[in-house]
Amino acid sequence: MSGGLHLSSSVEVWVGAALTLMVFSYLWRDNPFYKLAEHVFVGVSAAYVMVLGFWTTLWPNAIAKLWPGAARLTTPEAVEPTHDWALLLPVILGLLMLGRLHPRTVWLSRWPTAFAIGTSAGYNLVRYLRSDFLAQIHSGMTPSLIATTGGRLALGESLSHAILLGGTICGIVYFTYTRQHRGAWARVAGTGVLFMMVTFGTTFGYTVMARISLLVSRLHFLLGTWLGLI
Amino acid sequence: MAGWFEQANWNLALFTLILGGVLLASIRAALRGRVPRVRVLPGVAAMAEAVGRAVEMGRPVFFVPGTRDLDNVQTVAGLAVLGELAALTARLECRLEVLTDRSLVMAAAREAGRAAYLAAGRPETWRDDSVSYVSDDQFGFVARVDGLIARERPATCFWLGAFSAESLLLAEAGSQIGAIQIAGTAERSQLPFFIAACDYTLIGEELFAASACLTGDPALLGTLRGQDLGKAVAGGALLLGSLLATAAALTHWPFIVKLQSALQRLFSAGGP
Repeated sequence: MSGGLHLSSSVEVWVGAALTLMVFSYLWRDNPFYKLAEHVFVGVSAAYVMVLGFWTTLWPNAIAKLWPGAARLTTPEAVEPTHDWALLLPVILGLLMLGRLHPRTVWLSRWPTAFAIGTSAGYNLVRYLRSDFLAQIHSGMTPSLIATTGGRLALGESLSHAILLGGTICGIVYFTYTRQHRGAWARVAGTGVLFMMVTFGTTFGYTVMARISLLVSRLHFLLGTWLGLI
Repeated sequence: MAGWFEQANWNLALFTLILGGVLLASIRAALRGRVPRVRVLPGVAAMAEAVGRAVEMGRPVFFVPGTRDLDNVQTVAGLAVLGELAALTARLECRLEVLTDRSLVMAAAREAGRAAYLAAGRPETWRDDSVSYVSDDQFGFVARVDGLIARERPATCFWLGAFSAESLLLAEAGSQIGAIQIAGTAERSQLPFFIAACDYTLIGEELFAASACLTGDPALLGTLRGQDLGKAVAGGALLLGSLLATAAALTHWPFIVKLQSALQRLFSAGGP
């Protein structure tokens, strides 16, 4: 402890502290201070993302490669003097999105939307088949009974593998839809839910701890960086 | 032509064909009248009741299709459910507010909403303003949605899609005002928060099954049958693989070892 109040002289820190307290005021109830922080946050972040998107995506990936001459006006050293005309396609799709601005041209924006959904569905089909189907099955194909080098049963490891296999099978049974959950099937599905709830419980506890560390970091900012108390 | 095919991934092609074929056959069977009976998902069954409650209370329904872009399948699944819910809100004359954090998602949500209102015979009541873009920034989005929840006090909140750290912040705000909340996500790390703070939660794949259950569309229900058959393949392969691995480890018989090795190669994710 430094033992006294040493207020920060940085305007940036004062603005940060004020906005932090305004956001914290939501814990009491919705109020004008929270509303102000909310509007500042939304406005600034939306504008920031737009500017970031322009300079990190549109400028280097489209403008600099389609019109290097124009791009060299701002970043002469970073622009290659070649034209990549294939990029006209995404630019056209992007421009079609602007069709939404007028009621009579709204239909134009459906093409890029359909393109985005279609390509992501096709791309993800292979990705998920690999990671969520093949990889999961492959890593689950482990022996359920494991012997030690002395030929005795490795009880702990065997139990761990058996629980992994049993939990996976029960989970799969829970996620079947076209068979009613009745009788033995329901009991197996119920065991699957039990496995999931144990997993969720541990995840919950772990994440709560992570959130508390975020709170501690914010309090450290207020009490240390801003007020200089710690 | 050789450059077009990655031969090491032949098992990916094989399973794509098998699972795709099973799905198509299931859809075809359903369209010919063999529609599978799907078990009731409590979260899906409660959706109509939750919208009805909003009508009775004269308050809006809030819907957030996750916080990812259109390239995420969960966002697409959320939007598919939105289409069904929008038709319901159109019929019941309930105010629907959809909040998005991606411009493309906003555009797709407006399309889904407009099409649903048109199909429900009430296109004149649809407002594009019902779907709004807030901010791409994760916590900027949360600040706005939480503020709106406190001010508008929706009777029902739907959180259906891919969520990250904002899940608890959103669901807790809804819980504070006593809204009925129905959530659904396949993000394993966020499910615990929805389960703790919401009335109903669609766990993982239930989110993808929700639109089929809501519509009762035979083609969609057929896909559920196809998916169940795919899961049977997965479960059977797991059991067989584990059994063979156990037998191979205990007996070391060459035939079993070879068989187990072949099965592992078949399911190898990096190509056999």
